[in-house]
Amino acid sequence: MTSRADRVFAWSVGALALLVPLTLLGIALLLLVDAWPSVARYGLSFLVTTEWDPVKLVFGAGGYVFGTLVTTAIAILLAAPVAIGASVFLVEYAPRLVRGPLAFLIEVLAYIPSIVYGLWGFFVLVPFMRTTVEPALQGTLGGVPLLGALFSGPVVGLDLLTGGLVLAIMILPIILAIAREVVSAVPSAQREGMLALGATRWETVSRAVLPYARAGIVGAAVLGVARAFGETMAVTMVVGNSSTDISPSLFTPGYTLASAIANQFTEADSELYFSAIVEIALVLLLVAIVVNAAARVLIRRTGAAREGMIL
Amino acid sequence: MITLRRPEAGPAVPAEPTPHGRRANAIRVEHLDAYYGTHRAIGGVTFDVAAGTVTAIIGPSGCGKSTLVRCINRMHEVTPGAYARGSVFVGDVDVYSPYADPVAVRSIVGMVFQKPNPFPMMSVYENVAAGPRLRGWRLSRREMDDLVERNLLRAALWDEVKDKLHRSGAALSGGQQQRLCIARALATGPSVLLMDEPCSALDPIATYRIEELMRELSREVTIVIVTHNMQQASRVSEFTAFLLAGEDGVGRLVEFGTTEELFTTPKDERTEAYITGRFG
Repeated sequence: MTSRADRVFAWSVGALALLVPLTLLGIALLLLVDAWPSVARYGLSFLVTTEWDPVKLVFGAGGYVFGTLVTTAIAILLAAPVAIGASVFLVEYAPRLVRGPLAFLIEVLAYIPSIVYGLWGFFVLVPFMRTTVEPALQGTLGGVPLLGALFSGPVVGLDLLTGGLVLAIMILPIILAIAREVVSAVPSAQREGMLALGATRWETVSRAVLPYARAGIVGAAVLGVARAFGETMAVTMVVGNSSTDISPSLFTPGYTLASAIANQFTEADSELYFSAIVEIALVLLLVAIVVNAAARVLIRRTGAAREGMIL
Repeated sequence: MITLRRPEAGPAVPAEPTPHGRRANAIRVEHLDAYYGTHRAIGGVTFDVAAGTVTAIIGPSGCGKSTLVRCINRMHEVTPGAYARGSVFVGDVDVYSPYADPVAVRSIVGMVFQKPNPFPMMSVYENVAAGPRLRGWRLSRREMDDLVERNLLRAALWDEVKDKLHRSGAALSGGQQQRLCIARALATGPSVLLMDEPCSALDPIATYRIEELMRELSREVTIVIVTHNMQQASRVSEFTAFLLAGEDGVGRLVEFGTTEELFTTPKDERTEAYITGRFG
């Protein structure tokens, strides 16, 4: 009797657990089916051609891919150094009393809904970029050969640079929180080994702690990339969404893959248009899976992965 | 003002007998108290370590023997809230003088830890070169190769690793890792080598090799070893310090003497009780 109840229970929780992978599989299959007309028609050229014209029924997501790559690159270049520096400060330098509260504040930053970042970006950051930062960049670096091309064109504030900046602020706490775990997972024997050789604190960090934590820190950054890649709401509100041109200027009011979906999914009036939008979603899903898996492997290697830590 | 010279490679304190027939002191510990926050871990410890000898610090768990040895190179204070009062002279330098720089102290006193801790992201070669590099020694490729080889030889590891110098230090066996850590500590030519239970994570054969190595090395380096293993103390050391925590939890030096005397004719009944296994 008991053993039978036991079996029933085991089977039912097993079925419940099975729901999760089945959901993922279902989503992937549905996306694939709906995206199929576009996939069959354009193949891989979908990702590189930039003409996206619902009237002529021509769909190439190259401009969106470009916008995503540019904003993600800006975000990671700005956020990773800050996050790594701050994680080292929190673990190696901060007095114990401030360590806990600071770590808590960082986690709160990570939980702010993205629409809140979007609103702040739109009403505070965009005007500031338009009136101050971007004219200054154009005024100083705009004349430099090659580099100047990054800051050419009309200054609007709603552009790839602002999109990247909002993303940087959003992924900063994620990278920081994980980098902090990784750095604190470095065994103290490593620090003591370096200190005992006559290393200063900084030498201990740079020669023992950071090398030991390297894989995990890269993993944290990769996780930030994954988040930046798929982040939708906040970016959509500040990135411009009007040009699919591939231009060197960071002041291009471009799209990202996610913002393209958010802007257009209600307008898809033909099968192919709908299918092209679903294909963008499929691309985002695949990239998310691959990048998150890579990040997990890297973070595990430092032994910092905890149950439920990786978002 | 006392400044610490940064020594060149090679032993800084000669192991020759002084004219009085006694060997010079490599270390003098005077009225040393060490604290973790408000808890006093050791109190009033005073003893001398003769140059070119192996001195063992023994005592039951919690008597403060690791704390004591970590005070000699100012590693004790690395633990948050920990500090020490008193004097420790290494050679003629008081490492607790207000002018002494703990970083400089650690560069003339090598240390080997309980668990082998090679730097896993560095090769065997780089592990040995880490100290000289920290010190900013300008060595040619050839000189560095020689230095690495010489110190791996001193640590009796060269034959086993000469074909894998550029593999990770973490890829070696536990005993090899510990000898790599010894080579790493020796590479800058410290006059004193502190060993904090260096064999407690090793198997008997690896332990035997380290003990053999200690006897070899003691001709050029003064060694202080913390051990919970009394047989080990009697096998490797010439002098032994017995530490015991009182009822107040403060570790004090009960007896210090030649290892032979301490193990055969202990002066203190607590020493006798400990070495005959009646407690601890």
